[in-house]
Amino acid sequence: MNFLGQLFVMAVSAIFIQNFVLSWFLGLCPYLGVSKKMDSAFGMGMAVIFVMTMASAICFLIYKYLLVPYGLTYLSTLAFILTIAALVQFVEMVIQKNAPALYKALGVYLPLITTNCAVLGVAILNITPLADGSTYNFLFATLNGFLSGVGFTFVLLAMAGIRQRLELVDMPKSMEGFASGMILAGTMALAFYGFMGLKI
Amino acid sequence: MSFIKELTKGIIKENPTFVIVLGMCPTLATSTSVNNAVGMGVAATFVLVCSNILISLIKNITPDKIRIPVYVVVIAAFVSVVDMVMAAFIPDLHKELGLFIPLIVVNCIILGRAEAFANKNNVLNSMADGIGMGLGFTLSLSVMATFREILGNGTWAGMRVMPHSYNPMLIAILAPGAFFTLGLLMATINLLKGRKQ
Repeated sequence: MNFLGQLFVMAVSAIFIQNFVLSWFLGLCPYLGVSKKMDSAFGMGMAVIFVMTMASAICFLIYKYLLVPYGLTYLSTLAFILTIAALVQFVEMVIQKNAPALYKALGVYLPLITTNCAVLGVAILNITPLADGSTYNFLFATLNGFLSGVGFTFVLLAMAGIRQRLELVDMPKSMEGFASGMILAGTMALAFYGFMGLKI
Repeated sequence: MSFIKELTKGIIKENPTFVIVLGMCPTLATSTSVNNAVGMGVAATFVLVCSNILISLIKNITPDKIRIPVYVVVIAAFVSVVDMVMAAFIPDLHKELGLFIPLIVVNCIILGRAEAFANKNNVLNSMADGIGMGLGFTLSLSVMATFREILGNGTWAGMRVMPHSYNPMLIAILAPGAFFTLGLLMATINLLKGRKQ
């Protein structure tokens, strides 16, 4: 398969079929926490795409050229989480300086990208052998990080759009907040299951 | 006295999953069967207890500004231990839980307890808090898994409980079922809480 074909397959798979939020259950805290307003959802999505792309690239390099040659692969979890923490700190400083309004809107969820399991998840998945035993190369690992981030942003925005309308609905008291968010996520996951049938 | 109080509060009153609403990802992902749920719960409890003890021990020598990175390193170290031990002794379960073992590092319950409790309390109470919260987490995972496994597979912890004629609702063990189960459980808990008041 040529490069563009592979890229297309990867994009469809990361965004629709194996969506991080709806089929891997990764990154649920920001998914439920920052999806109340469209603007903050968009800002959060962009920050996550950036961190996931960078984290995939850097963690892959660290794994391949530092951990594997010295036989330290058992330290990968530790090395990855430190890399991600440093990256998030960097993003936080940039956003605080250049977009203070966005910084305020994201609030506590910005430093929490560190503990967003989607970021560590993609870094670990990138070094895990695929079904046919091969592993990603550097380019595909980075692209996988980017596309998974896009998939995350996609469902985050969809969720924010639905929730904005849901504000106007009269709901039973016990279903308000988290419970209805979960049911909503379930319905979306169900809709995304339709993509499973795609043969690519 | 306070030891017992710290130990029991995590199980119902301050249940980490249903009341504090932390650590959603593993709750949804590993509650497909009771065996997975208990395995995940025990692994997280071990990490929680160990990290609580160590963080409580070093709380006076940790500079305040870098305490979060210190906690993360401590937690990641214990997670690596659990990861390797499970891979060596219970490889089947390790394979089943897969990605979610290293992801215990980013389980908000563990970092949350380190920051909210172990950082301020003595070793004994921190240990009790860790055990209690861990048990609460395991319990809520098992409750989720009970519903999902019985509905989706007709079994409980591998034992058949539904008659053979029962047609399993496959959706309960797939991703959407996880969201629905948790959402409905949360709504029920809210309803009960509302009644009490």
